[in-house]
Amino acid sequence: MLSRTADHLYWMSRYIERAENMARMIDAHHRLSLLPRAPEAVLQGWQATLVSLGMDNEYRERNETLTPTAAFDFLAFDREHAGSILRCLRAARENARAVRGTITSDMWETLNTTYLESHAFNSSMPESGRGDFIEWVKYRTHLTRGVTSGTMLRDESLYFTHIGTFIERADNTTRLLEARWRDPGGRGERLMAEASEWAVLLRSMSAFEIYRRVCRDSVNPIRVTEMLLMRDDLPQGVHRCLDELQANLTAVANDQSAETLRRVGELHAQFHYGRFEELCAGGIPSFLDRFQEKLRDVGARISNDFLASGSPDESWSPSMTQTQVSSKAMS
Amino acid sequence: MRGRPYDEMFDAEGTPRAHCRHYCDWLTEQPSERLVQKRAEADALFHRLGITFAVYGENAGTERLIPFDVVPRILPAHEWARLEAGIKQRVRALNAFVADIYHDQEILKAGVVPAEQILGNAQYRPEMQGIDVPNGIYAHISGIDVVRDDEGNFCVLEDNLRVPSGVSYMLEDRKMMMRLFPELFARHAVEPVEHYPDVLLENLKSVAPEGVTDPTVVLLTPGAYNSAYFEHAFLAQQMGIELVEGQDLFVRDDILYMRTTRGPKRIDVVYRRLDDDFLDPEAFRADSTIGVPGLLRAYRAGHVTIANAIGTGVADDKSIYPYVPEMVRFYLSEEPLVANVRTWVLRRPEDRAYALANLPDLVVKEVHGAGGYGMLIGPASTRAQIEDFRARIEAHPERYIAQPTLALSTSPTFVESGLAPRHIDLRPFVLSGREITVVPGGLTRVALREGSLVVNSSQGGGTKDTWVLGA
Repeated sequence: MLSRTADHLYWMSRYIERAENMARMIDAHHRLSLLPRAPEAVLQGWQATLVSLGMDNEYRERNETLTPTAAFDFLAFDREHAGSILRCLRAARENARAVRGTITSDMWETLNTTYLESHAFNSSMPESGRGDFIEWVKYRTHLTRGVTSGTMLRDESLYFTHIGTFIERADNTTRLLEARWRDPGGRGERLMAEASEWAVLLRSMSAFEIYRRVCRDSVNPIRVTEMLLMRDDLPQGVHRCLDELQANLTAVANDQSAETLRRVGELHAQFHYGRFEELCAGGIPSFLDRFQEKLRDVGARISNDFLASGSPDESWSPSMTQTQVSSKAMS
Repeated sequence: MRGRPYDEMFDAEGTPRAHCRHYCDWLTEQPSERLVQKRAEADALFHRLGITFAVYGENAGTERLIPFDVVPRILPAHEWARLEAGIKQRVRALNAFVADIYHDQEILKAGVVPAEQILGNAQYRPEMQGIDVPNGIYAHISGIDVVRDDEGNFCVLEDNLRVPSGVSYMLEDRKMMMRLFPELFARHAVEPVEHYPDVLLENLKSVAPEGVTDPTVVLLTPGAYNSAYFEHAFLAQQMGIELVEGQDLFVRDDILYMRTTRGPKRIDVVYRRLDDDFLDPEAFRADSTIGVPGLLRAYRAGHVTIANAIGTGVADDKSIYPYVPEMVRFYLSEEPLVANVRTWVLRRPEDRAYALANLPDLVVKEVHGAGGYGMLIGPASTRAQIEDFRARIEAHPERYIAQPTLALSTSPTFVESGLAPRHIDLRPFVLSGREITVVPGGLTRVALREGSLVVNSSQGGGTKDTWVLGA
């Protein structure tokens, strides 16, 4: 497969996954705002989310004050902001368009329709429409995933699509957790409040019932974090993402990818053989930080091993644009 | 000067022509709401499928649809057979001409085509001189634009031997018609066109460099921002070959490779969809960032085949067009089966005198113009526009040719006000491999504005499905 094609597939799926996870993150706040919380606590929650996304500076450049509506609009609709959901959906479609001959027609039509429909959403829509937007994003990304798994040949193109999906998802899940852990309004003595806030996180990740079923426990931050990191049977879970990442990278291995595979294996072993208590001995947020850094390293190595286009005109190369986009959104 | 245009469906009395009777019966039964609804359905589908063209950018409005008309253009078997034979003959002669120009130049020596017209032409590529190409084929894919005069005779308006486009619309229009009106295809024996990508791939493989048994063929596109990108992606997908950009390719030791996730892979045949000028910054335009440095070296070494060959533009230039009938006689010793449109070459004093005296009745074209730009349509122009062209012609007569204003045939077309005649042309696609193949029909373009003669999609033209009925 052409390196450039692999690059587009990888970024296409990363952007789809990112759009969905952004929607889930916003959804969590939307639901939190319905809880009896002090307005300052709500703002602190948004602030923590912007920080964990690495978008707080850009937010401040573009907005005078932090308000829930402005933060929602910034993350969801702001077409000037490369990290917004609408921009992610567009970037996914641009990448798909560049490889529309490689993906199936059904996939292309699904992504193109998502893009065309996205024009209907903007910051001037009424409050009630905002919830619809979140639901619509989730619906379209579910649909995309279904079409991908239902129509794509099981070959390299699917493996690179998966690599993009799972590296992005592992990253996003840890960011969601990090935002919750760094939210000062979400900790402290208010145990009941805290429980409901973590329940909101689980619901926004569609993992609440699963938590009840597998943990058989009241909602508490440590158990929720452990579940989202350590379980290998939870599709949103980091362990599961690393399983998939490892398997798909193994399937596309080439002459120069051995070291990348080794690092992914090492990362995976932490979750597969490690103890949660020991991993987080130095504090959960700092563990999440270190993990994200290693994941970024893996991402860079994947680009280098498989995707590097080596274009003579680097400024024009699509992989470069995306490196810029992603480093802005992820750093 | 202009006669009444020939209508494809109705004769001068307004009676349906014999081959259209069946379709007309059906059409009169259709309530116009149904056609409106079908047209809307087609638009929605084309949008969803992303079958778009033109400038590409952030706004949805910059990716445009080519309007699709739900009324097909229908050709009877006997007419098609004659036309097909004529354009095959023409393409044979054109290929022979390009081969001759880049070898012994017999036609110049014989004085049939003036040597300075060729050797001084910007499209002439001295780099190609003496190079043998596989099977002697230069124009693997040709688009021959034909129109009807007011008596209904087909004549060739233009040859496209560089990177003719539009075939994806021919294929998608057919798919759309079959989807919208399946009942019509049950009632008519319409010759299929779906095999075009198979024939094309077969031909591209057949011209691989000697000794290559299982050639790797790629389609080279300028990229996703090119106006014809949809077609490039479509054809690559239909043929199951890689769609590559210049940045995906490199040349080492005069061998062309593409960068893949498993390392370099050698390429044998390039179906290129970019112009000669941009192919190789080492050999042609140095500022091209979409080409492949060293491609010409690999080509000259015989390690890769490029389709269409470099330098075919020397045969489809408007200044060469008037000589094509002579080429047919010269190379094939046959009489041309399909005529040229009468053409005055303004470089010639007597032609120029005639043209300048008759500008209001003529169409004047720039020799190097394309896409319907740089053109004067006398009867539709103001006095000022005509005088402007007169001055331009007098300053640089060699840059222009003139032709009579053709009536261009009309076809009933479903426009806002209902069914109305609109002018059309036809671009059949001719594939040259071991043999010459023309998929029945081609792309029919229609000028949607009332009275307009400009069918180019860049100027508001649309397309129709083209039916060749079985014998």
